[in-house]
Amino acid sequence: MSSFATLVIAGLATGAIYALIAIGFALLWQASQTINFAQGEFVMLPAFFALVAMGLGLPYWAAALITFVLAAVLLGAMFKRLLVDPMLKHGVIPLAMATMALAIFLKESVKDLYSAEAYPFPSLVPPVNVNVLGTNVSLQHIAIIVVALVTLVALTWLLDHTTTGRQMQATAQNPTVARILGIPVERMIMLTFLINAVLVVIASLLVTPIYLAKFSSGETLGLAAFVAAIIGGFNQLRGAIVGGFLLGVIDNLAAAYVSTQYRAAVPLFILIAVILFRPEGLFGRKEERTV
Amino acid sequence: MTGKYLTAAVASAAVLLAGGAARAEMKIACVAELSGSGATVGKNFKAGAELAIAEINAKGGVLGQKIAMSCADTQTNPGVARGLIQKALDSKPYAVLGPVYSGSIKVTAQLTSEAGVTNVIGGEAAELTQMGLKTLIRTSFGQHLSMPKIAAYMANDLKAKNVAVVWVNNDFGKGGRDTIIKQLTARGVKIAGDLSTEPAQVDFAADVAKLKATKADAVFIYLHEEESARILKEIQKAGLKLPLIGETTLLNQKVIELAGSAANGVRGHVGLSADAPIDPIRKFRKDFMAKYNYIPDHNAMKGYLGIYTIKAGTEKMGKLDSKGLAGALKGLSISAAKQPGMLMDVAIDQNGDLDRISFLAEVSNGKTAITKTLPPLKK
Repeated sequence: MSSFATLVIAGLATGAIYALIAIGFALLWQASQTINFAQGEFVMLPAFFALVAMGLGLPYWAAALITFVLAAVLLGAMFKRLLVDPMLKHGVIPLAMATMALAIFLKESVKDLYSAEAYPFPSLVPPVNVNVLGTNVSLQHIAIIVVALVTLVALTWLLDHTTTGRQMQATAQNPTVARILGIPVERMIMLTFLINAVLVVIASLLVTPIYLAKFSSGETLGLAAFVAAIIGGFNQLRGAIVGGFLLGVIDNLAAAYVSTQYRAAVPLFILIAVILFRPEGLFGRKEERTV
Repeated sequence: MTGKYLTAAVASAAVLLAGGAARAEMKIACVAELSGSGATVGKNFKAGAELAIAEINAKGGVLGQKIAMSCADTQTNPGVARGLIQKALDSKPYAVLGPVYSGSIKVTAQLTSEAGVTNVIGGEAAELTQMGLKTLIRTSFGQHLSMPKIAAYMANDLKAKNVAVVWVNNDFGKGGRDTIIKQLTARGVKIAGDLSTEPAQVDFAADVAKLKATKADAVFIYLHEEESARILKEIQKAGLKLPLIGETTLLNQKVIELAGSAANGVRGHVGLSADAPIDPIRKFRKDFMAKYNYIPDHNAMKGYLGIYTIKAGTEKMGKLDSKGLAGALKGLSISAAKQPGMLMDVAIDQNGDLDRISFLAEVSNGKTAITKTLPPLKK
């Protein structure tokens, strides 16, 4: 039982990271029909921003602050202005392909400019255990779950209980009507990209102490979060959240109780089942397109 | 007038050719894991080889010929490695250095063997030198030689009765797993857990939970560097207090750097260690750190030894004979007193396997400390 609880908690921690990244997928899709296949690399890159800053002698908190600013500029504003805006005119598929190219560019750039090796990354909390109801639980896992939950609650509150949040939702639902109603649609879309940048930095700071900072670390994360977003429902934030947590837990339990070798296949089996029997995702809503 | 130009041209060509001959180089093709999951391995391997080449060239080269090495990146992908080896062989190298990953060597060794070009490798899988290929020479112990030493340590020194084995599911890991289980079982040690993990795996929470459930009294970990660091951190997080034993990789400097405090207490056998209390190794470590500003690992020593092995074989022949090099090396005993670049006395057998001293070590306060020097198997 103790082992099962430990596995579930570890899975929730991994799932919390997936959820943060998956929300980014959902946000960008809703705001601007962008499927960002560089989302995994967006999580990898901030770790290197922080490493460079710490290498210059800055303390962790200052490095993290600089990372947030750099990510907001590069992975938020510049990503939208320089890649999404010009490519979106040509449709969703060319944009998706452009983000794939961006993913390769980011990966290779880090490899060439920094290193192909893995690097250690400081953790928010020390690597100790705490006793929770008789089960030894890693403080690091607890910290990840708590930080991710606080972030998710704050984001949900922003979207549901503030004027800006409602304007963002209106923009996502129908930009034309939102524009008629006087909502600054462009600014709302930009805000979505900035929120995504903040989310990937949080995910990066949480996951890199475990996965290590490496140019290729975004591959696994990006794929897992993409699958999580589809399982949960690409067009619903709560879907992405549930999908992320679900995937993290299932992945861990599958590795422990089914097979380590086939652990990567289990989420894909679930993905196939969801696509076959509930294509809109577990919490997604059906979208109809006319031709 | 035309005759004058023609004479001058012929004379110039003759001078150029003569100069070219004087500048003839010993071309070594290095094929290593410079990116992908084995990036740390390949980077160290290449750096060690480059240090050896710089030293040798500074002293006039091998038999008066300077060494020139080009290094290609396998991306830790056996398919890419095979293509690169073929490309390297097309350029008619004197010898091929690398790859390091056994999985890559398995698919490339046939090519170097068919071409009759000596292939000095960094791989440790037992089967590599048992495939009947004539041109493979190791730079480190094969698993069939190192695992008996670590199994003896676990059974006799550690008094372990139930050991869990965690291994990476590729040629390197499978070879190590098969050999250590055979060796432990032969010594009456029970295998309490047999856990396979995947190359480049990032999340080890489930594996450590399974490890906890095995009730083993010691754990043998046989993974690559990054994965080793990740599982050590996960074991630390899980509060698992068992002796963690490894073979060379687990005590690697990069693992210690990546795992931080989680590496403390790790023990095991190391065939090559820059921390060994041996003067030529101390000098190697110092020179390496002066050149690259970081502590070399065993892969850096493999690259370094690889170049000096080629040098030793060539000097034994007294000529640059690419086809004869492997034959010259097999059965050769090289004394570190005569060839300081070999770092330790070594004997190469007819399969290309090595025999030399090795070490037991423990990680303490982020540093590897050699606790015992083990003699060669055939003293």
